[in-house]
Amino acid sequence: MKPFIQFLPKDFHFDFISFRMWPISFSCILVVISMISLATQGLTYGIDFAGGILMEARAKNELNIGQMREDLNNLGIGEVAISSFGDSGKDVTIRVGEQVGDETATNKAVTKIKEKLGDSFDIRKTEVVGPKVGSELVINGALAIALGIIGIAVYVWFRFEWQFALGACLSICHDVITTIGFFSLFKLQFDLNIVAAVLTIAGFSINDTVVVYDRVRDTLRKYKKLSLADVLNLSLNKVLSRTILTTATATLSVIALVTVGGEVLRTFSIAMLWGMFVGVYSTIYIALPVLVYFELRRDDLSNTQAPAVTQAPEYERQPG
Amino acid sequence: MLQYSASKVALVVAVTLMGIIFAAPNLFSKATLADLPTWAKSWFKPMQLGLDLQGGSYLLLEVDLNAVYKEQINNIEESVRASLREPRIGFRNLRAADDGVYVSITDAEQFKTARDLIAKANPDSKIESLDENRLRIYVDDKARRDREIAALSQSIEIVRRRVDEFGTSDPSIQRQGRDRIIVELPGVSDPERIKALIGQTAKLNFHLIEPGVNALTDARSMPAGVMMLPGTKDDPNMYPVRRRVEVSGERLVDAQATFQEGRPVVTFRFDTAGGRRFGAVTAANVNNRLAIVLDNKVISAPNIKSPITGGNGYIEGGFSVQGAQDLALLLRAGALPAPLLVLEERTVGPGLGEDSIRDGTLASVVGAALVIIFMVLAYFTFGIFAVVALVANIILLFAILSITGSVLTLPGIAGIVLALGMAVDANVLIYERMREEWQTGRSLLSSLTSGFNQAFMTIADSNITAFIAGVLLFFLGAGPVRGFAVTHIVGLITSMFSAVMITRMLVWFWFRYSNRKSLPI
Repeated sequence: MKPFIQFLPKDFHFDFISFRMWPISFSCILVVISMISLATQGLTYGIDFAGGILMEARAKNELNIGQMREDLNNLGIGEVAISSFGDSGKDVTIRVGEQVGDETATNKAVTKIKEKLGDSFDIRKTEVVGPKVGSELVINGALAIALGIIGIAVYVWFRFEWQFALGACLSICHDVITTIGFFSLFKLQFDLNIVAAVLTIAGFSINDTVVVYDRVRDTLRKYKKLSLADVLNLSLNKVLSRTILTTATATLSVIALVTVGGEVLRTFSIAMLWGMFVGVYSTIYIALPVLVYFELRRDDLSNTQAPAVTQAPEYERQPG
Repeated sequence: MLQYSASKVALVVAVTLMGIIFAAPNLFSKATLADLPTWAKSWFKPMQLGLDLQGGSYLLLEVDLNAVYKEQINNIEESVRASLREPRIGFRNLRAADDGVYVSITDAEQFKTARDLIAKANPDSKIESLDENRLRIYVDDKARRDREIAALSQSIEIVRRRVDEFGTSDPSIQRQGRDRIIVELPGVSDPERIKALIGQTAKLNFHLIEPGVNALTDARSMPAGVMMLPGTKDDPNMYPVRRRVEVSGERLVDAQATFQEGRPVVTFRFDTAGGRRFGAVTAANVNNRLAIVLDNKVISAPNIKSPITGGNGYIEGGFSVQGAQDLALLLRAGALPAPLLVLEERTVGPGLGEDSIRDGTLASVVGAALVIIFMVLAYFTFGIFAVVALVANIILLFAILSITGSVLTLPGIAGIVLALGMAVDANVLIYERMREEWQTGRSLLSSLTSGFNQAFMTIADSNITAFIAGVLLFFLGAGPVRGFAVTHIVGLITSMFSAVMITRMLVWFWFRYSNRKSLPI
């Protein structure tokens, strides 16, 4: 028996960089679709951003959604959306939009619903978000994402060169836009948890990008004669087994969240699952090609004191 | 060098042991921990569960600061009227506007006297002469802000008293920003009654009813200083109430709900000054009616049959038992300086909280198991080293969360699960570097050493970038999401320690004692 890491090919030579037109076009299309979807149908805001009332109730006896719908819609608090979820067939979510008037009106509506549901339901969760808080949360969420991207780009700029910062920035933007676009397109609920997911995806994606960039810088210094495309390919292939392993372990933990993590975290986990894929993908097809298009040169590297190895990489040499 | 000095080994072991000690309280029940001596309790405490896990209610309240300002202006108006009436200085056009109180003095001769009198009565406000007979009395920005700050801290105090009277365990009441209060009530799954209690200003005042005026009296023939106030919910009457406050509710020292002839009533007791004043008012107005006004609604308007001198009294307002109890509680706790609005409410019932804990724990266990199996299969011996580092990582993570008193939320658990998956990244980076170095024909020791050295900067860079995202989330996120940011950030820090320091130590021992000559991965 051998550890299965040894079954991964040690010298992988896939020419990722030459094969870039298709993925880049695909990404452009994805970004455009996301933008169009965001512009035309926007996001399906959850309670955090839209404001209003969200309740989760579990029926003590048989659940009659039709009756419930009729009862609650007759309360005069606007349209009440009721949907069941979970496997028990007794759980429902109740959503009511923002009430006309001030915060007091919303609180009155909650009281009305509770009175109507009475003792036949166990109310498991009540969330009430007034209009003021809702718009503040939107602003803070957007700010967190924007500042996150800027902060990461500045750090990368500080540690590498501007081309790297640009590449990192574009690749995070790609991930963020497509993730948010994904939520817009499939009308999934976008709430505070998803803002957390988006920032974590950005963090994961940049983590992967930085690992590859680190290797690119290293390789550029070591192999003075190699063309940039070759340097990128070599670097990518060298870290490929790491990428596969790390993504695998991270994905395994996300899968645990998706499958047994419960209803509350479901959309968060699904977003993270998408993030696992897109983070790695964008490193290869956004972050690296940017270096090619913006013509990164060896002279750009501020510190080139690393010992130079002029010969070509020796793939063949194996330990005896 | 890969070599690990004895002092370094001691450091790693010490940190890990401390982690185990501080994480340990999470394994024991609350009852066991309660038996600890006091000094130990502040050090050995389990993680705090967020309201989304233990069940409870979170309320975000806003103090209506505009009302505070309006009251400030109205008080000035009243004091202008009072200070000019006594020396019989004629005035007209007294009105309160948004930017202050305006008044015209009829006799230009008395203008200066009037101005001095008003200034004396309102030391905190500014006064300016608009022309030879008009005055504007206003509150400058500093005085307004001072009043706002005072109103907010007073509101917090009153809310705290009301919540305490209500008898919930471990409530937390904090100020947020310029005009907000966060109230957290663990274990409260139906906050309706608390919300109703908090939402009432509960300003109680005793006024006199103007005799000979009724609801049909024309507004124009209404005597000056009289206002029409509605009755409470079940009372359709309007009451002609004199504006002047005879005795204010601030003078109350106690209030209790009891029964009088089988009906719930609220008895109250004034302080000495209040009792004397109340006695004087009732003595001078026998056979007139007294109006007991709560938040601009007349609770009751009894006839004064005889002077009430003892400083005690009772209010009978057709209360239910709970209504009487609530009123008594509100009167004891005192009035809010301004109305409070509930901006946000998040309540989780105990059932959902338990489900979330169960799901979160299950996801953590499954996630950890999957990662552990994967790492062992991938690297065998070195995989076991990574697993040991991972376990140490989890212990340290729990220890830090416990000792800093961080709040664990459901998204926080998700953060831990993700941290598990990401923590082994450092190990993978190190091992893959070792493999590469080994392939270029280096010696075993040299491969091992340079694996650690070369991977270190990469690990630092990748963790710092993820750290930036986490910190922003912490500062701009709200509620449970913050819990995610916390576990995410702490997880990054502990993984740096465990993957680099602990793995390195284990690999060094392995090299030293296993006598292997080739890299096993």
